[in-house]
Amino acid sequence: MAQAVPPRYKHWWLPDASSSYAGQIDDMFYLILWITLFVFFLVEGALIVFLWKYRYKNGRKAIYTHGNNTLEITWTAIPAVILVFLAVFSNSLWSEIRDPNKFPKNAPAIQIKPRQFEWDITYPGPDKKFGTADDIQTINQLFLVVNQPVQIKLEGQDVIHSFFVPEFRIKQDAVPGMPTAVWIKPIKEAQYEIACAELCGLGHYRMKGTVSIISQDSMDRWVKSQAPAPAAAPAINLTP
Amino acid sequence: MATLVAPAIVRKKPTKPGAHDAHGHHELSFVQKYIFSQDHKRIGIQFMFSSLFFLLVGGGLAMIVRLELGWPGHAFKFLSFLPSTMVAGGVILPEFYNSAFTMHATFMIFFAVMPFLMGTFANFLIPLHIGAPDMAFPKINMLSFWFALVAGIIMFSSFFVKGGAAGGGWTNYPPLSDLSELSGVNVGQNLWIISLLISGVASLMGAVNYITTVVNMRCPGMSFFRMPLAIWAIFVTAILLLLAIPVLTSALVLLLFDRTVHTSFFIPSTILVAGQPLVGRSGGGQVLLWQHLFWFFGHPEVYIMILPAMGIASDILATFARKPIFGYKAMVFSICGIAVLGFFVWGHHMFQSGMNPLLGTTFMISTMLIAVPSAIKTFNWLGTLYGGNFKFTTAFLFAVGFVAMFVIGGLSGIFMASTPVDIFIHDTYFIVGHIHYVLFGGSIFAIFAGVYYWFPKMFGRMLNETLGKIHFWLVFLTFNGVFFPMHILGIGGMMRRIYDYTQYPHLSHFQGLNAFMSVCAFILGASTLLFLFNLFWSMFKGKPSGMNPWHANTLEWTLPSPPVHGNFSETPHVFRGPYEYSVPGHTEDYWPQNEPPEGWLERAQQMKATATHG
Repeated sequence: MAQAVPPRYKHWWLPDASSSYAGQIDDMFYLILWITLFVFFLVEGALIVFLWKYRYKNGRKAIYTHGNNTLEITWTAIPAVILVFLAVFSNSLWSEIRDPNKFPKNAPAIQIKPRQFEWDITYPGPDKKFGTADDIQTINQLFLVVNQPVQIKLEGQDVIHSFFVPEFRIKQDAVPGMPTAVWIKPIKEAQYEIACAELCGLGHYRMKGTVSIISQDSMDRWVKSQAPAPAAAPAINLTP
Repeated sequence: MATLVAPAIVRKKPTKPGAHDAHGHHELSFVQKYIFSQDHKRIGIQFMFSSLFFLLVGGGLAMIVRLELGWPGHAFKFLSFLPSTMVAGGVILPEFYNSAFTMHATFMIFFAVMPFLMGTFANFLIPLHIGAPDMAFPKINMLSFWFALVAGIIMFSSFFVKGGAAGGGWTNYPPLSDLSELSGVNVGQNLWIISLLISGVASLMGAVNYITTVVNMRCPGMSFFRMPLAIWAIFVTAILLLLAIPVLTSALVLLLFDRTVHTSFFIPSTILVAGQPLVGRSGGGQVLLWQHLFWFFGHPEVYIMILPAMGIASDILATFARKPIFGYKAMVFSICGIAVLGFFVWGHHMFQSGMNPLLGTTFMISTMLIAVPSAIKTFNWLGTLYGGNFKFTTAFLFAVGFVAMFVIGGLSGIFMASTPVDIFIHDTYFIVGHIHYVLFGGSIFAIFAGVYYWFPKMFGRMLNETLGKIHFWLVFLTFNGVFFPMHILGIGGMMRRIYDYTQYPHLSHFQGLNAFMSVCAFILGASTLLFLFNLFWSMFKGKPSGMNPWHANTLEWTLPSPPVHGNFSETPHVFRGPYEYSVPGHTEDYWPQNEPPEGWLERAQQMKATATHG
C-alpha cells in the first residue's frame, strides 16, 4: 500500500469526528460551550450596561451597600450545582473512554513505542501475539480497520511523547517506563495524521505519522503481504 | 488590640511631593538609600524596575515566538544580528524557538508577574495599608530583592552558554530536561534550575516577611476584617508561597542531582537514547514523579499570580465606583477558598499523562469546585459596580478590563476541567489562550491598573492620563486580537509548542490567522514602550499628585507622596473598613479609615483626663 498524504481540508472548528466516542466528546464540548456562552454574555453584558448607566454624573451619589446575603447564596449555589452536574456528566464519558475495565473486550492490540522523532509501530501479525517472528513493524504508518475497536499500547522509548489524532479526539502521553493504553473504534475510512502533542525535543514539530482507516479486506491483504518477514526487520520504512 | 507596633519614626515634617529626599534626616548614604535599601517602599520600586526589565525580556521572546508562528521558516533579515546558534540566515532555528517560548514563560512567571505582584505591590502596600512603619524584617526584605535579581540575571545569562537556554517548556518535564543527550541543552538547563532555586529563596524570604508583618504589625483598629482586599490577597498568597515553593525546590534539587551526579530520580530503567540503553545510570526512577511535584507547586503558583491581582482590582474598582466592595467577607472567604482548593487540583494538568483515570475523576471534581469561588468574586465585582458613579481613569479601565478578561479565562478553564473534553484540547492552543486570558488579561491588566493607581504615591506625580488611555485601548484591543483566536486554533487541533505547524496539512491553513495574531502581538509589544515612556517621563515631568489624588480611603493616601522613610509620623488609628465610599449623611463621598468619628477626639481626651485625675 503506497503512502498517501492525507488530504488538506480546511476547517475552522472541530475537525472530523471519526471515532466512536468523538461525537460524545463533541456533545460534551457543546454543552459546556452553550453554558459558558450564556454566562459570558450575562456577565459581560451586565458589565457593559453598568459602565454606561453608572458613568460619572456630577452630583449623583453612588448607592451605599455592603452586600446582600441572599444574592451571595444564590450566586454560590447556582454555579456550584451547574459545575457538579458537569463533573458528574463528564465523568461517565471519561470512564467509558479511559477506565481499563471498560475497554472493548477482545480488541486486537497494536504497540506504539515512539522515540525522537518517529512512531515505531508493531502489529502482532497473524498469530495475534507480540514478540513473535510474524510481528509486523512500521514506522509512522498506522493501519486501523474501520468499525473495529483496537487497543493502542503506548510506551515512550526516550522522552515523553503524546499520541494525538485530532479526528479521533484521542490524546495519550507515551511515558518511558510506564506503559499506557487507549482504545479507538474508527468509524469511517479515511486518512488522518498522528501528531506528537508533548514537546519532545528539536524535531518535535515534524514528528508526525499517518493513520489509515481501511476495510478488513484491505487489512488482511496488507498483513499477508508483510508476512513472513525476517525476524524483527522493519517491514516497511516510510520515514519522510 | 494587642498589636506589636514598632515605634513610629517621628519626623519633623514630611518631604515635599516629588522631591528626592536624598539628604533627609536619616544619615543614609546613596548606596543605603537607593541600592541596598531596607525601606519597603524603595524595595518595592526596585522590584518594579527589575520586573519591568524582565517583562521586556519576556515580551521580546514572545515577539520571536510570534515571528516564527506568523511566518514559519521565513528568513527575517533583521534578525541576522543574532548568533548562528539562534538564527541561521534570518531563519529562526527550532532550538532557539524552543528556548524562546520556554524562557518567555519562565521570565514572565518567575521574574515579571510574580515579583511585580508579590515584590512590588506586596512590599509597597503592606506597611502603608496596615499602618506600619516598615516590614517586620527589613534586612530580609532587602535580601529578597537581591536574591531575586541575581536569579533573574543567572536565568538571562543562560542564553549565552554553549547549547543555549533551557528548551523543554517552562514545565521542563524529564526525561527531556534530564538528559542533555535528548535535548541538546546542557549548561542552560542547569542554570535554569539554579536560577529558580535562588528565586525560590527570594520568594520564601518575602513570604515570611509579609505574613509576619500582616499578623503582627497592624495598627490599632486595623482588624483583619478592616484590611483592604489587596492585603488579604497578598497575605493569603504569601502563605501559598510558603507552602508551594519548597515543593518546587525539592523537585529542582532532584533534577539537578539527576543532571550533575547522575542519580535516576526521573529516569526509568527502560530508557533508550538513540535506541541504545543508557550507561552509568541505575535507572528505576519515575517520569511522572516530576509532574506531580512540579504541579503541586505549579497550580498554587497560578493562584499566586492571580489572587493579588484580584485584590488590587477589587480595591481600584471600589475607589472609582465610589462604592463599598459588595460582599467584602464573601470576597475574603473566596480568596481563602481558592487558596485551600488550589492544593487539591494539581492533577488536572496531568489528565492525559497516563496517571490512573480514577485520579482524573477526583481532580476533575476539585477543579470544578474551585471555579465556584472565582464565580463568587466575579459576581461581587459586578455587585460593586452596580449603582456606582464611575470615574473613568486609566486605573479603573484596566481594573474593569481585568474583570472582563478574567471572566473569559475562567470560563475557558471549564472546558479543560471536563476530562473528556480535555482529552482533545489538552496541549493545544486552547490552553495557551486560556492561560494568557488569566495571566495577561488577569494578572498583567491588574498590574497595569495598580501602577496607574499607586504611581502617584510612589513618585508624587501623576502618570499622563491621555497616554494611559491610549495605552489601555491598544492593550485591550490587541490583547484580544492575539489571544482570542488561540481558542479557535486549539479547537481546530493545533498543538502548542510547535515550531512549524505548516508541516501538518490539517493545520497549514491557519497561517493567515497566525499572521494576523502576530501583527496584533507586535502592536501589543510596542504599546508597552508607550507605557514605559509615560512612566519615565511622568516620574520627572508629571503633574504633582498631592496626597490623595483619587479621594481614596486607605491609609497610604493620608501620607505625603511619596511617604517618608518610616511612613507614619505617628501610629495611625483605624476606625472603619477601607471601602466607606458614598456613606449617606457624610459630606464627602469618601471617608478615610483613620478619620476619627465626630466627637471621638473630645471623648478620648476626656477619658484620658479622667484616667489621670481619677
